[in-house]
Amino acid sequence: MTAGGLTVGAEATAAPVRRKRITPVTYLIVVVLAFLVLAAVRTMTGATDLTSSGTVAAALTAAVPIALAGLSGMWAERAGVINIGLEGMMVLGTWGAGFAGYQWGAWAAVFFGLLLGAIGGLLHAVATVTFGVDHIISGVAINLLAPGLALYLSKLYFSDAPGGGQKQSPPTGDVAHITIPGVSDGLGTIEKKEWFFVSDLAGLLRGITTNLSLLTVLAALLIIASWYVLRRTPFGLRLRSCGEAPIAAESLGVNVYRYKYAAVVISGAVVGLGGAILAINSGRFNDGQTGGRGFIGLAAMIFGNWRAGGLTTGAGLFGYTDAMQLRGESAVHALVLLLGIALLVLAVVQFRNRHLVVSGVALVIGAVLVFWFATTDKIPAELVGAAPYVVTILVLALASQRLRPPKADGVPYRRGEGG
Amino acid sequence: MGRFSPRSILLGLAAPIGALIFAALVCSVILGVTGHSPIDTMDAMVDSLTKPRLGPRTFVNSLNSATTYYLAAVAVAIGFRMRLFNIGVNGQYQLAAMVAAALASASWMVGAPSFLRIALTLIAAMLVGAAWAGLAALLKVTRGVSEVISTIMLNAIATSLITFLLSPDRMGAVDPSGNDTRTAKIDVGGQVDGLSYPGTGSKIYGLVFLAVLVGLAYWFVLSRTRFGFELKATGLSEEAAVASGVSVKRMVVYSLLLSGAAAGLVGMPALLGDIYTYSSQNFPSTVGFTGIAVALLGRNHPLGMGVAALLWGLLDNTANSLDVAGVPKEIVAIMQGVIVLSVVVAYELVRRYRVRLEQRDVGRALGTTKAPVNADAEEVPA
Repeated sequence: MTAGGLTVGAEATAAPVRRKRITPVTYLIVVVLAFLVLAAVRTMTGATDLTSSGTVAAALTAAVPIALAGLSGMWAERAGVINIGLEGMMVLGTWGAGFAGYQWGAWAAVFFGLLLGAIGGLLHAVATVTFGVDHIISGVAINLLAPGLALYLSKLYFSDAPGGGQKQSPPTGDVAHITIPGVSDGLGTIEKKEWFFVSDLAGLLRGITTNLSLLTVLAALLIIASWYVLRRTPFGLRLRSCGEAPIAAESLGVNVYRYKYAAVVISGAVVGLGGAILAINSGRFNDGQTGGRGFIGLAAMIFGNWRAGGLTTGAGLFGYTDAMQLRGESAVHALVLLLGIALLVLAVVQFRNRHLVVSGVALVIGAVLVFWFATTDKIPAELVGAAPYVVTILVLALASQRLRPPKADGVPYRRGEGG
Repeated sequence: MGRFSPRSILLGLAAPIGALIFAALVCSVILGVTGHSPIDTMDAMVDSLTKPRLGPRTFVNSLNSATTYYLAAVAVAIGFRMRLFNIGVNGQYQLAAMVAAALASASWMVGAPSFLRIALTLIAAMLVGAAWAGLAALLKVTRGVSEVISTIMLNAIATSLITFLLSPDRMGAVDPSGNDTRTAKIDVGGQVDGLSYPGTGSKIYGLVFLAVLVGLAYWFVLSRTRFGFELKATGLSEEAAVASGVSVKRMVVYSLLLSGAAAGLVGMPALLGDIYTYSSQNFPSTVGFTGIAVALLGRNHPLGMGVAALLWGLLDNTANSLDVAGVPKEIVAIMQGVIVLSVVVAYELVRRYRVRLEQRDVGRALGTTKAPVNADAEEVPA
C-alpha cells in the first residue's frame, strides 16, 4: 500500500522479474501439503481440536465477516481508493442488521446491513473522489463517526424495544442452516477414529457440511462473483484500470470518477453485509461488536495480495486462529509449532530465490518458535489474539516482494490534471 | 503576497469555522429528525459549563482531557509534517503507560526521591512509545512496509501484549475489587500534584505543563532547527529533499521515533495525576484517533492544536450532562466525526480556491489574461 505517502524503502524499482504465476494446481498442492502438515502436527501433539469438525465450523463462522471485510477492501483498492473506514462501515452494518432484524427478520437484516454499509461507502466516496480528501484521513473520520452514530441510534431505537437495551438490539433472528443428510453422520464416525489424515479430512468436511448457515453460502457466492466481475468482465477491467493507471484510463474514455464511486459504494455494501452477518450470527447488534474485524479484513486483503482467492485464504487462516483461542491450551500450543514450520518453509523458499537476509530472518524466527514449542507445555492464551496481526507483519516483512498492490492505490486523482 | 495578509488569515480561519458551523447544522438536523430540540441540547451543554455548582468541575475535566488530547495530537502531527501516518499512537501510548505504571509502582522505586521517580517514569514511557513506533519505522525503511498498515497491526498486537503483561504473575497486581486486571497503585512519592481550581475538588493535572513544554519543543524543533526544516521539506517534496542531500530513511526513523516518544507521554498526565494505576478501561483505545482529529483540526500548528484539543475536551465533558437531559450523549461523537470530515473537505476547497486566486493574481501581474471577469469564466471547473 503506498498510501500516497513517502516511497522510501519501497521496492518500487525492482526489476520486472518474470515470475511463475501460481496456477490453481500448484495452489491445490500447497493446500494439501499444508493440510498434511496440520494432520501430522495433530497426530504428534494429540491436540484433536486442531482439525475437529467443531473447530472447522467455528473457524468458518469467524472467517466470513473477515473475508467480507477483506473483499470490501479489495473492491475499493482495486479502483485506487484506500478504505481503512472498513471498521466504521462494518459498525454501520451491524446496526442496520439489528434495526431491521428484530422488526422484519434476518433477511431484512442482511439487506439493511448492506444498505447502511453502502451509505458509509458513499460518504467515503464523496470525500475521497469528489473532494480529493486524503483516503486515510477520510477513513479515520468514518471510523470516528460510525460508532458514535450507531450508539446514538441504538439508544434511540433499541432502549424501549422488547428485549433490547441501550447498547444492544432485540434478537435479529437467524436464517436457515443446512446439513447434508447422511454425509455428516458418516464423516463423524470416521472423525472419531483419529486416523492420520483421513480423520482430519473427515473433520474438515464435516465442519463444512454440518449446520452450515446460508449466510456463509451467500458470502462464498459473493467472493466468487467478485472474482468474476473484477477479472472477467469489461466493467471489472475498467474498474481495475482506475486503480492501476487512472490517467491512462481517462485517456481511453473511462469515467474514472464513476468507477471509483461504484467501487467504493460496493466496498461499503460488502463490508456492511459482513457486519450484518456478524450481528445475525451472534443473535443481535451489540455496541463494539466488530472488535477490529474491519482491520483484520484489511490484513487478510494484504495477506491475499489484493486478490479474491488470496484474501479468502487469509481470512480462513485468521478465522482459524480466532476459533483456536476458544479451544484450549494444547491446540493453541500446537499453533506455535505450525507457525514455526511455516516460517522455516518460507526461509527455504526465500533462500532458493536468493533473498539471503530475509531467509535468515525467517529461519531465526521460525527456529525460535519451534524451540518455544519444544520447551514449553502451554502458550498464554492472551497472545493468540495477536496472531493474525503478527502473521500479517511477518508476511509484509518477509514475503513482500510477492505482494503487488494496485499501482495508483491511494494516489489522489483529479480529472484533466494528468500530465 | 505576504504570509500574513488579511486574505490569507481569513482563508485560514474560514475552513475550521465553516466546518464547525456545518457540523453543528448536521447535528441539529439529526437531533431534529430524532425528536430532540437542538436548542435545548445546546443549552444543557452550555449550562454544564456555566452553572456555579457544575461549571468549574466540567472546566477542569475538559482541560485535563485537552492535555491528553494535545499530547496525542503532537505525536500525530510530527508524523503528518512529513506525510507519515502514525495510526499507532493508540498502541504506543497504551503500552508506554502500562510499562511506566508498572515501573513507577515497583517496590525498588519507593525509596527514590520523588523528582527522580517521576523523571524515570516519564523517560521510560517515552522510550517504550518510541520503541513501539520504531518497529514501524524499521519495517518501513528496511522492507518498505507502509506505516499505516504496520501501525494498525501493532495497535492490535499491543492490546494483546498488554493483556498478557497485566497478569499478576508478570507486571500486573492482584486487584482488590477482583474484576479487572491492573498494575499496582503508584504511591504518593511517584505522583504529580495537581493544581487546585476554585469551586471544585477536581484538580488540574500537574503535567499540563508537560503538554505546554512538548508544544513549545514541537514549535521550536520544527521552525527553528535544521532538523525541523528537513522534516518539513521531506513532507512537502520528497524529491527536492533528496536532491538537497536529506536522507529520507534517516528522517523517517527519527520522526517516527519522536512521534512515538510523544505518544508515550500521552497517558502520563492522567496516570500520575489522577488514576495512579494502569487498567485498560482508564486508557481507552480512542485517544490515538482523537489525536488525529485534533491534529487535523489544528492544522498541525502548535497553537491551533491547543485550541482544537480544548474544543474536543469541552465537547466530551459537556456531553456528560446530555444523558440527564434525555439526549444520547453520542450526538457529540457524531459531531466530532462530522467536524473531522468537513474540516478536511473545507481545507481542500480553500486550497483549490486559493490556487485559483493566486493564478488570477499571477495572470493579472503578467498581464497575459483578459479582464478578470473573463478569467473567472474561463476557469477549469473544479
